[in-house]
Amino acid sequence: MITKRIIPCLDVRDGRVVKGVNFEGLNDVSSPVTLAEYYSAIGADELVFYDITASSDGRRLFTDILRETARNVFIPLTVGGGINSLDDFERVLSCGADKVSVNSGAIADPSVVGRAARRYGSQCVVLSADVKRVNGRFTLFAKGGRVDTGIDAIEWITSCVRDGAGEVVVNSIDTDGVREGFDLPLLAAVCDAVEVPVIASGGAGSAEDFLRLFRALPKVDAGLAASIFHFGEVRIPELKRYLLEEGVNVRI
Amino acid sequence: MTAIVDYGVGNLFSLAASFRKIGVETVVTGSREELERADKIVLPGVGAFGDAAEKLKSSGLDRVVVGEARKGKPLLGICLGMQLLFEEGLEFGVHRGLGLLRGSVVPMREILPPQLKIPQIGWNRLIFKKESPLFRYTEDGAFVYFVHSYYASRCEDSLLAVTEYGAEITAAVGSGCVFGCQFHPEKSGEVGLAILRGFSEL
Repeated sequence: MITKRIIPCLDVRDGRVVKGVNFEGLNDVSSPVTLAEYYSAIGADELVFYDITASSDGRRLFTDILRETARNVFIPLTVGGGINSLDDFERVLSCGADKVSVNSGAIADPSVVGRAARRYGSQCVVLSADVKRVNGRFTLFAKGGRVDTGIDAIEWITSCVRDGAGEVVVNSIDTDGVREGFDLPLLAAVCDAVEVPVIASGGAGSAEDFLRLFRALPKVDAGLAASIFHFGEVRIPELKRYLLEEGVNVRI
Repeated sequence: MTAIVDYGVGNLFSLAASFRKIGVETVVTGSREELERADKIVLPGVGAFGDAAEKLKSSGLDRVVVGEARKGKPLLGICLGMQLLFEEGLEFGVHRGLGLLRGSVVPMREILPPQLKIPQIGWNRLIFKKESPLFRYTEDGAFVYFVHSYYASRCEDSLLAVTEYGAEITAAVGSGCVFGCQFHPEKSGEVGLAILRGFSEL
């Protein structure tokens, strides 16, 4: 049977991996290519590269790093950050990305999801949504979680999946960086709304948090995290052995 | 030299890189001459069966691939490239495939329990049905990476391996010099590279 996926996320700025706590206060961790090879070797099921570069020089550096990674790492590679148009899809796919994650770009122009799905196939289009509770309602945020769009997050995700998004990364701003577990109520609401794979992001602080996620919500396909992996607080081989012992089907 | 058929379908970067990783020279090409010159041919593909079959046909490469395979040149179809090896595909209508293998490509929805998501996306185990040189370096039960909504049914003697996703789903096929993987060996880590090595040593 298909396994639950464990996905490290690498935020890349100016060619280096960084990770924000609640999206602020970034600090340097390591080289993206080295880290990607390392994660692939120790059993990561997939990798996400998130480009948080603002300048065009930085963007070129990012595509160079992407190409170098794809030459050496043979697990699925999703790329996000700065994806606004089909040209952006083309730019990262031609450098070896397998899937492209679109977030603020889809909020600015929702038609990009459907156009990308028609050109590259749904399997290639990942919707990434940053969600925060506002007056008790799951609300969609843009620009790395800084801008309240006022849009209902569940309705947004549902409509993007209808347009052709093949997977959804649900990032809870409320739990991100807090390390007390994934946002299970939010994820449950998304799982009820869509039939495509759902990837949980934001809040993992321990191996137990992944177990609670997969036990509580069997429809969640994958758990994504960054700093706990980068800083070695949760090691992927140990995490997967633990999940397997607890009856969660993972690839070892 | 292994030729990767470029007929405007899909992303060939990783596939070429994975062969490079195992020390096999490749050429990504849409040229008849280069396909005829190559020792082996790899037919990739993503997207819909009908579109891909049409592109392959309109480029004239369908006859080249079939002709070379019939002469005994090893051929490996990957993902949609594997599906195209069969007689027909039932994705958005009925489309003719290359007819190198017997069977047809049908939606998984018809045989899967309703709670299972389609496409199947992720890592799943190979369950061997038959010995094959493709799996010379691969163990029964190894994990490979799948992304697909359709599968090859009624493969008869060509069935080499299945995977369990609510039902037994065709994972690899082979008959004579013609092979196919429903999964992506170029995205299946060391296991995938070992399968490409098995093909390269045919």
